[in-house]
Amino acid sequence: MTLNLDSKVPEGPMADKWSSYVADQKLVNPSNKRKFKIIVVGTGLAGASAAASFGELGYEVESFTFHDSPRRAHSIAAQGGINAAKNYQGDGDSIHRLFYDTVKGGDFRSREANVHRLAEVSVDIIDQMVAQGVPFAREYGGLLDNRSFGGAQVSRTFYARGQTGQQLLLGAYQQLSRQIGLGNVKLWNRIEMVDVVNIDGRCAGIVTRDLMTGEVRSHAAHAVVLATGGYGNAFYLSTNAMACNATAAWRAHRRGAGFANPSYTQIHPTCIPQADEFQSKLTLMSESLRNDGRIWVPKDPDETRKAADVPEDERDYYLERIYPSFGNLAPRDVSSRAAKRAVDAGQGVGPLKNGVYLDFADAINRLGVNVIKERYGNLFDMYERITGENPYEMPMRIYPASHYTMGGLWVDYELQTTIPGLFAAGEANFSDHGANRLGASALMQGLSDGYFVLPYTIAPYLSELLNKPIPDETHEAFAAAEEEARDRYQGYLEIGGTKTPDHFHRELGKIIWDYCGMDRSQVGLEKALAEIPALHEEFKKDLRVTGDGASLNQTLEKAARVDDFFELGILMCKDALIREESCGGHFRSEHQTDEGEAMRNDDDFAHVTAWEWSGDPSNPIENREPLVYEVVEFATRSYK
Amino acid sequence: MSHTLTNITLKIWRQDGPDGQGRFETHQIPQISDEASFLEMLDILNERLIEEGREAIVFDHDCREGICGTCSLMIDGQAHGPQQGAATCQLHMRTFSSGDEIVIEPWRATAFPIIKDLMVSRAPLDRIVESGGFITAPTGGAPDANLIPIPKPVSDAAMDNAACIGCGACVAACPNGAASLFTSAKLTHLNLLPQGQAERYKRAEAMVETMEDHFGSCTNHGECSSACPKEISIDAIAIMNTDYRKSKTKNRRALSRR
Ligand SMILES: Cc1cc2nc3c(=O)[nH]c(=O)nc-3n(C[C@H](O)[C@H](O)[C@H](O)COP(=O)(O)OP(=O)(O)OC[C@H]3O[C@@H](n4cnc5c(N)ncnc54)[C@H](O)[C@@H]3O)c2cc1C
Ligand code: SF4
Ligand code: FES
Repeated sequence: MTLNLDSKVPEGPMADKWSSYVADQKLVNPSNKRKFKIIVVGTGLAGASAAASFGELGYEVESFTFHDSPRRAHSIAAQGGINAAKNYQGDGDSIHRLFYDTVKGGDFRSREANVHRLAEVSVDIIDQMVAQGVPFAREYGGLLDNRSFGGAQVSRTFYARGQTGQQLLLGAYQQLSRQIGLGNVKLWNRIEMVDVVNIDGRCAGIVTRDLMTGEVRSHAAHAVVLATGGYGNAFYLSTNAMACNATAAWRAHRRGAGFANPSYTQIHPTCIPQADEFQSKLTLMSESLRNDGRIWVPKDPDETRKAADVPEDERDYYLERIYPSFGNLAPRDVSSRAAKRAVDAGQGVGPLKNGVYLDFADAINRLGVNVIKERYGNLFDMYERITGENPYEMPMRIYPASHYTMGGLWVDYELQTTIPGLFAAGEANFSDHGANRLGASALMQGLSDGYFVLPYTIAPYLSELLNKPIPDETHEAFAAAEEEARDRYQGYLEIGGTKTPDHFHRELGKIIWDYCGMDRSQVGLEKALAEIPALHEEFKKDLRVTGDGASLNQTLEKAARVDDFFELGILMCKDALIREESCGGHFRSEHQTDEGEAMRNDDDFAHVTAWEWSGDPSNPIENREPLVYEVVEFATRSYK
Repeated sequence: MSHTLTNITLKIWRQDGPDGQGRFETHQIPQISDEASFLEMLDILNERLIEEGREAIVFDHDCREGICGTCSLMIDGQAHGPQQGAATCQLHMRTFSSGDEIVIEPWRATAFPIIKDLMVSRAPLDRIVESGGFITAPTGGAPDANLIPIPKPVSDAAMDNAACIGCGACVAACPNGAASLFTSAKLTHLNLLPQGQAERYKRAEAMVETMEDHFGSCTNHGECSSACPKEISIDAIAIMNTDYRKSKTKNRRALSRR
């Protein structure tokens, strides 16, 4: 263990930690702020909000995205909503309740103080976004509407139709745009960060590749923030946008940033099942559908009748049966595993027998078709457009899919990675969701990190660097990293093999999904740890990338990203293998109760695993940060 | 149940770079399932091209669910293809028939130079937003979100306009290459809200003038609205024009009072 995993959690009672941190913190004098340059990579909720806030404060800011516009970041696709402990519905919500629910939902594997801060600032986020013009749903009286989401027992979720992520991202993008227009932030679009550069033990900047021209160059700064999203696309098929990838975080890891809990991935229960081998991505059907839809499979694996013709007593409403108190609203990890068990038992439905029914027939009978149309019309249309089936007449078919990654770059209370001067925000860090994220909490975390945490927590680091110049972009460390990057991209072009990057991505994804997906075992993980390196070797010998490196080349971009997914895939399996317990999204078949429920082991595993790069992807170095609970007491998560 | 379409001919625009000479290239798709999305068909074609040692066709895409606004194809002369109210990525092959010939081109507009093949730069849309497409509300210090009630119909109308995905189909469909629908959707979203009133006329003036620096002028053809995947109503343009006209007097009066 050589990583310094000091969490820097402030002293004092839980509810006062953040306010005393803010009150005691060293400030950067306004006239000194413009002497500091900050690079923010990523323009999703976390990156756009951070860059905009830094710009407002007076720092010199440069913002990077590989997209054509900051507004395209994957945050745009979030549907359901954003949580906040506003208690506008007077139903007993509070900061403490949101804090507790998040710690429990994360299966007691998150850092308490970070989660408490998240719950505290959640209320400011809603105020901020409304002031920016986000058109959240409202009641007829003109006040904000809320709904209950993802099994929460209070209504604390704010939403904008089924497009909450879009509206929040546009809000943050507009604030960022204002700063760009004012000249406080410089935007670099269609530019991909391909490396992090450290000088004298501090992060000194990044190396980028211009996607349009292939130009590789350096950008120096006093501090760098990575807000580059999650790695759910390691599974190949996922609900993430096609371009989501792990390169930024992975390259930072290779330069010394600890990578925490890579095996904590979230498999979302309600996605449209795969239709064919060539499918490129999976589509999420909002979790809100579970409020009215009933999930079932035929009892008989050889059932051939249409859903409507299967008599009531020959159906297994398995969630209602196993979890009578939560029923169809059981949390994501629990529902996903139950669906997998049904399909594995041969009870799957649809042409490939790879789904379960989400049935609205009862709800339509009870409420009428118009109410259902009012509530879910958009989603029903979307389903029909994709599958060609009409969900008013026959049940939807759904199946779990990779959706979100709780693991990510290890960060302390200040969101600083193990490389001084390198910070990580949003889905790219590991911080707040433990082993399982609750619905509507990722948007909250991204905006919290960017608007309300980083602007305070970056200041102490910068104040150490007062009057130190921006590192020199011609320093040998930058030159060496540029050279390495050029060689790396040239290398893919020169392999001259026979198979496409997508081919390898698909094969890699299958291995990770089969052995490091919803159900993991020692045997399976060891198998994956043999198969992934072998496939990676084949990739290095048999990859074919056509075109050149001096103009836009999507095949080349993809090759580099898949290369990094290979190494990350190995780490995911390693992490899953050594975590001899089941918690949240990490389910080890060896560690379950007689009834098939997850069995946590708090004596041996109440810690964060932060991996250190050793130079050999198959032999990473394990480091641990113990999780000490001051307020919440360990309990078994039960939804029965 | 899924069916297989056979014998599809694609005529695809290829262009090496912004200054390159473009040309149509013909590709055959012998068989494709009608469950495939239009972009999945292009993925399959691209994999085949790479295996044959040829360069893959460049096209923009990301979310593949009609929300990010990245995809941008002219299909048989229609922006986003034949399906109403849907982006290119939401189009499935079941909309087509065996034996069809399909022409695929990039967005064509003076303000959107071609980067390569089917990919264009839509950067001027960002410039319009940077000039005024926001409410000035620096981080911190916002009042409680429920302090100002907003009548539901107002909030809903703002949301209708805020649904714009910034794809640029309206520009591509417009015979003049105007960006009026895009600009007016953002203006209408912000100008309807109580929070947007303080900067209402300043915003209208700045955004419209930036738009005019980059794009052609609107002559009310209405092609934009029928191409729009979010079915943004052309009424937004009328609201924009009124606010812009008023801005000329209101902004001047505001200045003279200083
Ligand atoms: C379909 C779907 C629905 C969801 N619904 C909800 C919901 O209802 N509620 C909720 O709370 N959460 C939801 N989530 C999760 C949530 O949307 C994401 O976790 C969150 O938006 C991530 O935001 P981010 O800012 O961390 O990253 P992203 O939005 O992914 O942004 C990443 C940014 O980094 C840039 N980038 C990445 N790598 C590089 C690089 N190497 N160089 C340059 N730029 C780079 C990208 O261009 C992009 O700008 C959903 C997720 C999905 C997939
Ligand atoms: S107005 Fe419609 S067509 Fe134009 S950019 Fe917005 S969504 Fe696209
Ligand atoms: S790919 Fe996102 S809208 Fe089409």
